[in-house]
Amino acid sequence: MIGLDIAFWVLAIVGIIAALAVVLLSDVFRAALSLVVCFLAVAGIYITLSADFLAAVQVLIYVGAISVLIILAIMLTREVQRGSPSNRLRIPAFLVAILFLGGMAFAMLNTTWQVSVAPPLEPTTSALAGLLFGEGGFILPVEIAAILLLAAILGAIVLVREK
Amino acid sequence: MNLELFLPELTLAAFAIIVILLDLVIQRKGWLVVVSLAGVVVAAGFTIIMWGGSSQAIFNNMLAVDNFALFFKLLFLAIAALVILASVDYVSKFTRFQGEYHALVLLSALGMMLMAATAELISIYIALELTSISLYVLVGFLKDPKSTEASLKYLLLGAVASAVLLFGMALVFGFTGKTQLGEIAQAIQALSLSGVLASPGLILGIVLMIAGFGFKIAAVPFHMWVPDVYEGAPTPITAYLSVASKAAGFAIILRVFYSAFGLPQWLSLDWGMLFAVLAAIGMTLGNVVAIPQTNIKRMLGYSSIAQAGYLMVGLATVGFSPAADIVGRSSLLFFLASYALTNLGAFTAIIAISNKLDSDLIQDYSGMGKRAPLLALALTLCLISLIGLPPAAGFMAKFYIFSGAVQHGLLWLVVIAVINSVISAYYYLRVVKVMWLGEPASEEKVPSSGALRLALSLSCLGVLLLGIIPGYIMKLAEVAAKMFVF
Repeated sequence: MIGLDIAFWVLAIVGIIAALAVVLLSDVFRAALSLVVCFLAVAGIYITLSADFLAAVQVLIYVGAISVLIILAIMLTREVQRGSPSNRLRIPAFLVAILFLGGMAFAMLNTTWQVSVAPPLEPTTSALAGLLFGEGGFILPVEIAAILLLAAILGAIVLVREK
Repeated sequence: MNLELFLPELTLAAFAIIVILLDLVIQRKGWLVVVSLAGVVVAAGFTIIMWGGSSQAIFNNMLAVDNFALFFKLLFLAIAALVILASVDYVSKFTRFQGEYHALVLLSALGMMLMAATAELISIYIALELTSISLYVLVGFLKDPKSTEASLKYLLLGAVASAVLLFGMALVFGFTGKTQLGEIAQAIQALSLSGVLASPGLILGIVLMIAGFGFKIAAVPFHMWVPDVYEGAPTPITAYLSVASKAAGFAIILRVFYSAFGLPQWLSLDWGMLFAVLAAIGMTLGNVVAIPQTNIKRMLGYSSIAQAGYLMVGLATVGFSPAADIVGRSSLLFFLASYALTNLGAFTAIIAISNKLDSDLIQDYSGMGKRAPLLALALTLCLISLIGLPPAAGFMAKFYIFSGAVQHGLLWLVVIAVINSVISAYYYLRVVKVMWLGEPASEEKVPSSGALRLALSLSCLGVLLLGIIPGYIMKLAEVAAKMFVF
């Protein structure tokens, strides 16, 4: 278990540093690259939680597709050189974020959470499929998600094509 | 499982797809309106047939089919129909994307119908996103700078609100280990009081969920998007946002908080108090900031923040009353129906007037009583209903909701609400004064199309009916207040 603990802390610290870099770096391109690191760290945390399918999906979709999309969008944008603009409300926002963080940390540490004692599944893919599509599973949200994608595609067409 | 109970939603989804496909082949785009309306009517027909049946749930208790859900489904379908009618003029100016517009209106209505019925956290979230994504696009449909800015603001703030909501749901799930509302309720009730108090995670989860839903209903302090989005969005979509998306938010809050967090009593008192405080802040801020507004869409935006405050008085009553008491819920449902008709009426009149004037400034409404007496009369009726004066629906709605609150010891909140109603009379009546007493800028009449007139007269008829014979609708609301208990 010690190995898992070390892995978790390393990944968590890398993830947090990368996330901070996304927010704080003024060069948008570097911020996008830091986001990739952050996504990878999260994928690593999924692996330490034995969520193998989720980790693979995280790498494929977030590290692969979404990062490429963001970087392409940055390349197509003019005036990237100016960097991300500063904000007057920086300090109040920082204070609110710290307060929120404190509240979250307090609540997390002082709560007795439901902990599953079942041994982790290996692999999780078929169990997930059963849960999503099987009898007594989550077929309703899956179907709504299908309609949601239809709406998103319609929206993309409307917003991108000439009027 | 019985798929017949899912027919209203299936119908609406099918018609949305038909509209998109039809758009590809037909030249006369007017038919799209007819097909969309037909979809709404058929779905409403299925819903009415199911009305009054026994409460049950399908998809493993993920989707409740009870009178509560059916009431909201009918409300959303009625709103969608009125919005489709009100946008006929507006959409006919588009050279492209007429099919997409109607399909997105139908899909967002579908999302709202699902929001009113889902009883499981993951489905609730996805239904909410279906609604939101359709609305983000509809807000940006004009593609001019203002509309685009409104859409972008709505998208960014909406995404943050969704993230907060998900965080809250994750905490509730982590605490109870369940996503189905009934099972969450059982898990919470099985705990001892000290067990819950020692675990702030649950309370934090509930607070974050209130914040996430609060964005949808435009509760202060999650209201920042409202004025800009209302101003920039196409006016029919502003009307849609101001009534349907708000009603859907209230439907889901009622369902989640009543079925999952309704018991034990101290927990419901806690969130009831939270809603009472949000209500007091919301009414006061909305009304005070509405006074100096010069743009009527912005003014109605702040007015809708204030109306959300009055509605939250109803939510606070639900929290303060015992679970078996239906006063809070039924008066909330009545208020939502009355508010929906009133605001739709007001916005439809504004669409007709601004079609001619090309302006949303209140000063340009000067002399509208002479240029378009019927439109001005309808707008006056709706504004009177928004103040809460008889004989309009708003009076009875406020009467029911305030008397329920007084019965359950929220007198202080009702005093604040009544003071606020008096403040609100100032800015609503200012529009009335400008319309009837101001000098017209020109003698030109303001024409309006048949579809707009139909939508406007239906809304005004509803406002009057609810105001004059409220008893019948209130009985319906009382039947609808009975929710499925898992």
